Amino acid sequence: MASKTTAAVPVVKQKTYLKKVRLSRALILPALIFSIVLTQIPFLVTIYFSTLEWNLLKPTEVKFAWFENYLAVFEKGDLLPATISTVGITSLAVIFSVILGLLLAVLLDRKFRGQAFARTLLITPFLLMPAAASLIWKYSMFDSNVGILSWLTEALGGTPIQWTTDLPFAVVVIMLTWQYTPFMMLILLAGLQSQSREVLEASSVDGAGSWRTFQWITLPHLRQYVEIAVLLGTIMLLQVFDPIAIITKGTGGTKTLSYLLYERAFVGLNVGEAAAYGVVTVLLTIIVATVALRNLFKVFIDGGAR
Amino acid sequence: MRKFKGSLITTFTWVIVILFFFPVFWMFINAFKSEQDASAIPPTIIFEPNFAGFQRLMDRGMVDYLTNSLTSSVFSTIIVLLLAIPAAYALSIRPIKSVQDALFFFISTRFMPAAASLLPLYMIFKSLGLLDNINALSFVYAAMNLPIAVWMMRSFFNEVPIDIVEAAQIDGANFRTELIRIVLPIVLPGIAAVALICFIFSWNEYFLATLLTTSDAKTAPPFLASFVDGRGLFLGVLSAAAMVAALPVLVAGWVAQKQLVRGLAMGAVK
Repeated sequence: MASKTTAAVPVVKQKTYLKKVRLSRALILPALIFSIVLTQIPFLVTIYFSTLEWNLLKPTEVKFAWFENYLAVFEKGDLLPATISTVGITSLAVIFSVILGLLLAVLLDRKFRGQAFARTLLITPFLLMPAAASLIWKYSMFDSNVGILSWLTEALGGTPIQWTTDLPFAVVVIMLTWQYTPFMMLILLAGLQSQSREVLEASSVDGAGSWRTFQWITLPHLRQYVEIAVLLGTIMLLQVFDPIAIITKGTGGTKTLSYLLYERAFVGLNVGEAAAYGVVTVLLTIIVATVALRNLFKVFIDGGAR
Repeated sequence: MRKFKGSLITTFTWVIVILFFFPVFWMFINAFKSEQDASAIPPTIIFEPNFAGFQRLMDRGMVDYLTNSLTSSVFSTIIVLLLAIPAAYALSIRPIKSVQDALFFFISTRFMPAAASLLPLYMIFKSLGLLDNINALSFVYAAMNLPIAVWMMRSFFNEVPIDIVEAAQIDGANFRTELIRIVLPIVLPGIAAVALICFIFSWNEYFLATLLTTSDAKTAPPFLASFVDGRGLFLGVLSAAAMVAALPVLVAGWVAQKQLVRGLAMGAVK
């Protein structure tokens, strides 16, 4: 009798386990298939296209060309500058927006009249449609004739700067910093507000000044929030396209990998070469992302365990 | 002295806040100016409100583009929720090894530039007659938002106390009851946050919309640039168009700030 029950339990357990596994797989499968069909398979097709000699002007003469397209891509020599632009724009915008975001988060963490309203105004740049923001910055702020900045420099006695033609790189970085500072601020503010009040009070009772408290207690506490902010900001900024397409059209060192790819893939007629650009761009983006984020990925791995 | 220092910091805060908000404020103001006033230098602060800009938006058929934006944003958000809720449930509440691997797959797809898979997608759509089709665009948006939605959603599902789920399972609740009666009510605010963020990303999306639509299915973001006029003054009408296009997301974000932060920080922010 006793032996019968002990034998039955593992079987039941195994059965429920198998059922559990099957259910889990069934639940995740639709999302996986959807994602694979719309992103991974097209990428495989891109790899296939990249080995073809295929010009849209001669649609009947498609033939296999091995790595010719890749050779052509590397010979053009615009990949390195695009990689540098991508890294430059992304890292500068991330650094500036994290610093400004931290400053604003600290300022907004105090109690003052209209605090909630100030926060509402401050998050607006991040919510504003990037295409709208780019157009407003280009024509309403940076324009050399009717822009506010030109008027301001002139009113202060300076010579107006032709922002979008002379300093396109700075324009893109300024606009992106403006856009992403609120995002960084929101995450860091949430971090500040999650600090335990007791620890902060204890530190001030012990006679630590506010700067030392900030340096030794707040900053280490904020670390994981800064990591998340930088990681998410980098993911979004690496693929940024709108201000470049709208404001600078890739001039003056603003031709990032995603803009270069757009230019090659949809403006030209050479499908094979465009596909080769696509493949190389993906590889470069992944390399840039992993190098930049290797340490930050810990956040996600730690977060991966329940 | 202390009080003085406090009000000094408050003033400083407001100066920065106003500087940051200024471009948006200026867009709002210019939207209600006549073209002459909008492009005037020095800028006009006092002016007679003018609705000609808005009238021109209507004449140009902006309502159709806004409808397209709304359709693609709502439709893609629904697809994302239908796919991400079960996936996040499996990843969080019933995790098994092979499913955990899927998690890293999802986040890694987010690193791939959309442009890379776009060329074949563009050609496939072209041959199937799906270019300039709002449903096709919605599917692409759903694919774009799915990875981040699964990640966010999973972090919300992780907050469900596992004891409650196990108790329900012991009581013999089947999977559907467990999901609908027990888990979903707890994660509902999280789902709202994910939906809001997916909606915002789709509504504001410019790159894919530019490439995959031309006229019938064109959404508001690529339409905005068409107000730039090489010959005449256009700041007034451009500001009005930008304001109208941006307003739904601005209002949604202002109202749901808390959900927005929680969603964006992927549950790390409690």
